[in-house]
Amino acid sequence: MTAQLLEILSAVLLLSGGALTLAAAVGLIRFPDVLARMHAATKPQVLGLLLVLAGVGIQLRDNVDVWMLVLAGLFQLLTAPVSAHLVGRLAYRTRHSRRDQLTVDELERDAPGA
Amino acid sequence: MSPQRPNRCWVVVRTTIALGWLLVVWVMLWGTWSVGTVLSGLLVVFGIAVVLPLPRVDVRWRIRPLRFAVLVGAFLRDLVVSSVQVAWLGIRPGPPPNSAVIGIRLRSSSDLVLTVVAELLTLVPGSVVIEVSQTEHSLYAHVLDIDDTQQVEEFRERVRELEERVTRALGTEADVRALSEVP
Repeated sequence: MTAQLLEILSAVLLLSGGALTLAAAVGLIRFPDVLARMHAATKPQVLGLLLVLAGVGIQLRDNVDVWMLVLAGLFQLLTAPVSAHLVGRLAYRTRHSRRDQLTVDELERDAPGA
Repeated sequence: MSPQRPNRCWVVVRTTIALGWLLVVWVMLWGTWSVGTVLSGLLVVFGIAVVLPLPRVDVRWRIRPLRFAVLVGAFLRDLVVSSVQVAWLGIRPGPPPNSAVIGIRLRSSSDLVLTVVAELLTLVPGSVVIEVSQTEHSLYAHVLDIDDTQQVEEFRERVRELEERVTRALGTEADVRALSEVP
């Protein structure tokens, strides 16, 4: 009974994680510029991966490799924002972003030409 | 631990924490706490410490477990909410959302709070930090789905709440005081 419940939980986690990652991929294509695309690459993608890892973790349960999944999730949380920040910063500075899409641009106001 | 004079004892504690963390990562990668993994891990860890020493970072912090749990809980909630929002913005029919670049000046002068807020802000409420000023303790974030100035103010309010949670979880007493002193 418990095993069956865990199977179902694991399946739900894997499927929802996969769905979020798919949505992130669609967003990656549909968003207008690099900055908007970084959003798709950080949020739904990170949560999608975490859910998939949790689902796999339930499948593996007593296996020693579960710890590797924990590490993968942890480092994803630590590194995804840093890379998104660097890519975003570079895109903005080199003007590879659609500034006409912005409602407000306080960085341009505070530091013109940045 | 007296922040005024970082004595030798504190340096030893700090180094032990840093190397211990590396050892834990090593053992987690192998998956077992056998004598072999721990010994080889110790070799690798000390090798790294000797060959690739990291610069000393002077940050003052203290952890309040309860407030930290609040921070983690709020973060997980935000992660789910913003992930679903961004996923929906990506797949919904119609034109792409408008966005904005919004500047926020933090109230505390702690580098640690600035770092953690910037990192969390990129993961959560619909924003990617694109510029950080360490000297002015301010950061600029690209925020999705902003159409008018009212939403800009709502975003600012969310960042203030995030900063408050981070400061109460990890900031020093002075950082926490600064929350109420600066308007």
